[in-house]
Amino acid sequence: MTRPPDGPSPLLLDMRDIQKRFAGIPALADASLCVRSGEVHALIGQNGAGKSTLIKVLTGYHRKDAGQVLFEGEPFEVHSPHQAQVNGISTIYQEINLVPLRSVTENICLGREQRRYGLLDWNAMHAEAERLLSRFAIGIDVRRPLGEFNTATQQMVAIARAIGFSARLVIMDEPTSSLDEREVGVLFSVIHQLKAEGVSVIFVSHKLDELYEVCDQVTIMRDGRTVRSAAMEEIGKLELVAAMLGRDVAAVEGHATAFGERDRSRIGDVMFSARGLGAGQAVRNVSFDLRRGEIAGFAGLLGAGRTETARLVFGVDRPSAGQMTMEGAEYHPDRPADAIAAGMGFCTEDRKGEGIVPEMTVAENLTLALLPKISRNGVLDDSRQREIVERFIRELGIKCSGPNQKVRELSGGNQQKVLLARWLAMNPKLLILDEPTRGIDVGAKGEIQRLIRRLADQGLGVLMISSELEEVIEGADRIFVLRDGVSVTELEAEAANEEKVLTAMAHGTGASSGATT
Amino acid sequence: MTELPRSYAERDAVARSFDLFGFLSRYGTSIALVLLVAFNLAFTRNFATMQTLNVNLTQVCTIVIVAVGMTLVIATGGIDLSVGSLMAISGALAPMIFMGKILPIGSIYLGVAAAMIVSVLVAGLLGLFNGWLVARFRIQPIVATLVLFIAGRGIAQVMTNGNLQTFRVPEFQWIGLARPLDIPAQVIIMAVIVAAAAWALKKTLFGRCILAVGGNEKASELAGIAVSKIKLAVYGISGLCAGLAGLIVIAINSSSDANLVGLGMELDAIAAVAVGGTLLSGGKATIVGSLLGALTIQLVRYTLLANGVPDAAALVVKAGIIALAVWLQQQHRG
Repeated sequence: MTRPPDGPSPLLLDMRDIQKRFAGIPALADASLCVRSGEVHALIGQNGAGKSTLIKVLTGYHRKDAGQVLFEGEPFEVHSPHQAQVNGISTIYQEINLVPLRSVTENICLGREQRRYGLLDWNAMHAEAERLLSRFAIGIDVRRPLGEFNTATQQMVAIARAIGFSARLVIMDEPTSSLDEREVGVLFSVIHQLKAEGVSVIFVSHKLDELYEVCDQVTIMRDGRTVRSAAMEEIGKLELVAAMLGRDVAAVEGHATAFGERDRSRIGDVMFSARGLGAGQAVRNVSFDLRRGEIAGFAGLLGAGRTETARLVFGVDRPSAGQMTMEGAEYHPDRPADAIAAGMGFCTEDRKGEGIVPEMTVAENLTLALLPKISRNGVLDDSRQREIVERFIRELGIKCSGPNQKVRELSGGNQQKVLLARWLAMNPKLLILDEPTRGIDVGAKGEIQRLIRRLADQGLGVLMISSELEEVIEGADRIFVLRDGVSVTELEAEAANEEKVLTAMAHGTGASSGATT
Repeated sequence: MTELPRSYAERDAVARSFDLFGFLSRYGTSIALVLLVAFNLAFTRNFATMQTLNVNLTQVCTIVIVAVGMTLVIATGGIDLSVGSLMAISGALAPMIFMGKILPIGSIYLGVAAAMIVSVLVAGLLGLFNGWLVARFRIQPIVATLVLFIAGRGIAQVMTNGNLQTFRVPEFQWIGLARPLDIPAQVIIMAVIVAAAAWALKKTLFGRCILAVGGNEKASELAGIAVSKIKLAVYGISGLCAGLAGLIVIAINSSSDANLVGLGMELDAIAAVAVGGTLLSGGKATIVGSLLGALTIQLVRYTLLANGVPDAAALVVKAGIIALAVWLQQQHRG
């Protein structure tokens, strides 16, 4: 691990060798974070890298198991975010937690009202709110309801409230995810203002360009450890992404997945294509083709718009721009049922939230999409259901006590197999798999990867989203790299390697095909 | 990070080792019912008679019928507060039709048939209105159905000018008073509805969809289930059940008072569903449970009254039973 070189300004925050376990599972193994006064410090890492846990240890939400936290040179131990704020560490969350119907002053002074003769001293509070906002060059009528102002202003008020006059360190957790470009500009000017006043900022974001625009220093976390800490200008985007994903850009590895050899001759004509798909800020311009018998992989960082694109294809959300065609015909799904009717299936990344119905049995979960096909005049055909369920339990090797076991009692891998079976039972033409092997054990992971390859070889078109680089590179026949909602690069599997994919994820350039802005 | 997939398995392992709560939440209602019957056989005079059975069944019928619709609504994760008011509307409308107040109908049979069909359908349509608010505008069910809970009784009073309608029309009142084979007609109606709903919930596509929507709405939507239609349907059915129950109440009373028909019924029905073991958050439901729940509450009240405990005190006991049932559910779910 590296520490920042001794610079001109003193260390404001020094977190060292922090460890934290949840139910015996280490969330933080050896995490460190050093922030100097007046520094904007990027904290980055993949999902589950431990960023949030580290922040929550700092703000007193979690208690650390081991390690040391020094704040302004003193040992720092707080037991609640409120206590952290009183002691100079404020956190700003993604959502604006304010009361839109109350005045700006009330929002800013909420919880620290000033009293005079036992009554609220409104004049003093209005004056204080104005003084606070003037720090950020915001001159608004603080007596008016907050809801009358635009999102950017509301965000600023939220920041002003969080910072108050006493914050020495401000933590911003993905502050830009709900802002448009102009609002992001306003936020950045606030960050510059804070910096000029000597306040430090910890900036958590997945948008690389933003980090380079506003941050001085970066700490990269992976698997609960701090793997790298460097000045922003010393580290290139490619290096940054590689460190986040735990890749050595130069290294060449053997097969890390169980997909096996691909057989290009089985790939057929284009079945599905999307051109210029867009929806809000998350998906801005995504184009791709999917052929019969082909596994198309979506690579990209968190927030690149992969899942959002899949949801557009499956009719969960509706695009505001672009066209799709399925088997040569125009395709406009209004709801998932339309996508299913067109021969698609969708295994969500959020297995518990959107996939399984936990109180239902394996059989009931497995046949959820199939119900209309196994009922006659609205009455379920129990024997057909049983036959289909038993076949898939056998074919996919779903480990359960039987079709009537509650699905919530199964392991993650077996739940995932149930969800795969839910769609395979429909005999689909196109299957969208969002993080098909996330959170499941190695054995089940290999089985699922082999299954995906076998299905593609049988003519199924697979759209696979994965944050595991080797899964995309070794599994997919064709790779589309998404970056900030734009499909920036298309790579044939043979021509793809980690470096090319990482380069595209980092810079948005590479062996580009028609799918660029 | 804290929510690992295996936590379910762990939780279940814990639940299994102290399975008392699981056992009680599954069979508690049946056990309570058996104990109540045993207690009454031992201590209540003249308990083991057809008359006692009929009195209890007759009194519980309307609650059970409404509770069937309520069970389906609750199974989708919703709730229907408007059932009592819908009973009042159907109870106010039917006499107006068969007494020829709206338009004169020559044949009394035709009039009664029209009255029954129209008033039940109107209640069903108002139920669909509830469903429309819930499905289309995503209004929380408790708020959406509060609209008709409040407005419904007002509508019924406006329809009747607040007057009590009295009648003596055997062609209509059979549904509350007739006793084919010595069984009250409404008990037969109740039995048919309970059986049909229990079968539908277990064996049909519709029933499976209801439980799926209540169990995980997002997953159901992604699996292609028409979530909005399912919700519309359950609220519509709840409305139909309430409409029918309204007719039975006025038939028994030979009168219809918009102020009183179905008053407090929503809470009785919800109580029956909760005591019966249906998960109030949706996804797990039992029609037979709701029947047993209603019977238990009824029998507790009967037992207390028959043994000289005043009705006001009986209400407190009823509340205690509901609290106990819900608490058991919570314990079981961990």
